[in-house]
Amino acid sequence: MLSAPLSPPLMHIPDGFLSILVSVVLWIATIGIVAVSLQRVNRDLGERQVPLMGVLAAAIFAGQMLNFPVAGGTSGHLLGAALATILLGPYAAVLVMACVIGVQGLLFQDGGLLAMGANIFNMGIVGVVVTHFLYRTLRNLGSGKRWTIFVGGFASAWLGVVTASLITALELAISGTTAANIAIPAMGGVHVLIGFGEALITVGALAFLYFTRPDLLKIGEAKPAGRAVWLAGLVIALAIAVASPLASSFPDGLEWVAEQQGFLNNAHNAPYQIIPDYVFPGIGNAALATIVAGVIGTLVVGGVAFALAYARRNRSVVSN
Amino acid sequence: MHVHFLDPFHNGTSLIHRLDPRVKLVFTLAYIVTASLLPFGAWAAYVLLLAIVLSVELASELGIGYVLRRALLATPFVLAAVPLIFTVPGTLLFTFSLGAWTFTASLEGVERLLSIAFKSWVSVQMAIVLAATTSFPNLLMAMRGIGIPRLLVAIVGLMWRYIFVLVDQALRLLRARAARSGATPEMGRRVGGSIVWRAQTTGGMAGNLLMRGFERGDRIYAAMAARGYDGEVRAFPLPQVPLTQWFGLGAAIFLFALILLFSILIVG
Repeated sequence: MLSAPLSPPLMHIPDGFLSILVSVVLWIATIGIVAVSLQRVNRDLGERQVPLMGVLAAAIFAGQMLNFPVAGGTSGHLLGAALATILLGPYAAVLVMACVIGVQGLLFQDGGLLAMGANIFNMGIVGVVVTHFLYRTLRNLGSGKRWTIFVGGFASAWLGVVTASLITALELAISGTTAANIAIPAMGGVHVLIGFGEALITVGALAFLYFTRPDLLKIGEAKPAGRAVWLAGLVIALAIAVASPLASSFPDGLEWVAEQQGFLNNAHNAPYQIIPDYVFPGIGNAALATIVAGVIGTLVVGGVAFALAYARRNRSVVSN
Repeated sequence: MHVHFLDPFHNGTSLIHRLDPRVKLVFTLAYIVTASLLPFGAWAAYVLLLAIVLSVELASELGIGYVLRRALLATPFVLAAVPLIFTVPGTLLFTFSLGAWTFTASLEGVERLLSIAFKSWVSVQMAIVLAATTSFPNLLMAMRGIGIPRLLVAIVGLMWRYIFVLVDQALRLLRARAARSGATPEMGRRVGGSIVWRAQTTGGMAGNLLMRGFERGDRIYAAMAARGYDGEVRAFPLPQVPLTQWFGLGAAIFLFALILLFSILIVG
């Protein structure tokens, strides 16, 4: 009941939608970036790291329940990556978002376990890095004036959501589980609107904090995150801007590209063709195999049910 | 504390509840990896995977109905795979026109969509069983067991303790807003100003929540420091995994490998 408003739709990828290659590559990238963030934040906060990061992760998790009605039964949600980035700086924000997405996946099945690396990467890392890059750039352009907090907050929250959704669609297309020419415009289009909700909420939150606890807005500023994150943001934003329209012109998904490059054949088909046209001993075709598997499966489930019922009966006899 | 029902853990004494949490976590991951490695359309192997997850559900005594109902939550994402029906080339199934476009559905596309939906469905069921039969402290132990840094595990542990407090706070904020902006049950009647105004109000609530988070974090740190916390995360050494469970896990992974091999031989 509660888990429905906990997450905005179509961003948490469940298991089964990403190819193993995409999942593993993104898990490795995520582990590396989270490890670096863990060290950086530990250096900055020291022993305050555990309580502060823990409670703020809980606050973002709870904050994702806040919504406002838009029209026709839809509602705007807070994702929180932009707000966390602006308030805490990119490293702490990556850490907080990784905890939020991890708990959502592990406990509430909001996003899969094998797909968790990708989910943290999309919402936690891409969202944070792009937000940081744009916010910092706008703040510097406006030479740190007050209005740049709000304009920067609005634009960077919007761009963070849109890039995160585009990269999600790209990953699905590369995995061959959706058609790039439909998914990328659809995901992008929906999140252009969702992004406005996120941007408005982020500005509202920044305004609230600016007038009540302006000192909190200085925490993120105090730690200039360095050129590396800024550059990464620029590269990611540009790469997604170039890759997604390019990808969406291939109706057949990115598999078409993969086939042209030949790596799909190497990655997918080769291991399956070790024994070409091999027929399983005694089992003529796939339909028959499915029937045999169905019989075996039914026997297994029936056997477990029988064993449990038997064990339970024994237990009740003992307790009597 | 009003939101204790947020905790997916169901207390019990079943075989699955009693398994070592590390064994459960690795088993669940191995199952999900197997499901996602299976080729599209390997229905024989899918049926075996379904039999495995149903057996685990039976053995966990959670009630299959409970797991299946929760598994429905993940279904909206299947929408993302629907375009495949029309884009995967193959045997013609049907065509229809919508304005200027003509859609051609292929048998292979439908099979791929059903395969993805099925894989996702059985994977989420296994993840539900894991979360429902393992208490949170045990999940933390499993996370440590598979090598997640202690510091990160400590942050997640503290987060879980305060999630209930902060979700309660968020619910209070939502209730206060509902009480003050005149919600009406009447359909189609807009209340509470323009969209921008509503969004800004929600933003204020989010800012409020984060501010309280900061302040609470500081107080918790002060309390921890007063009790001797020095930044070092100390934890009991992990207990040994019983030998029988090692064998069980090994056998399960061997079985998954057999299913993979079997499906590749049949479909490949």
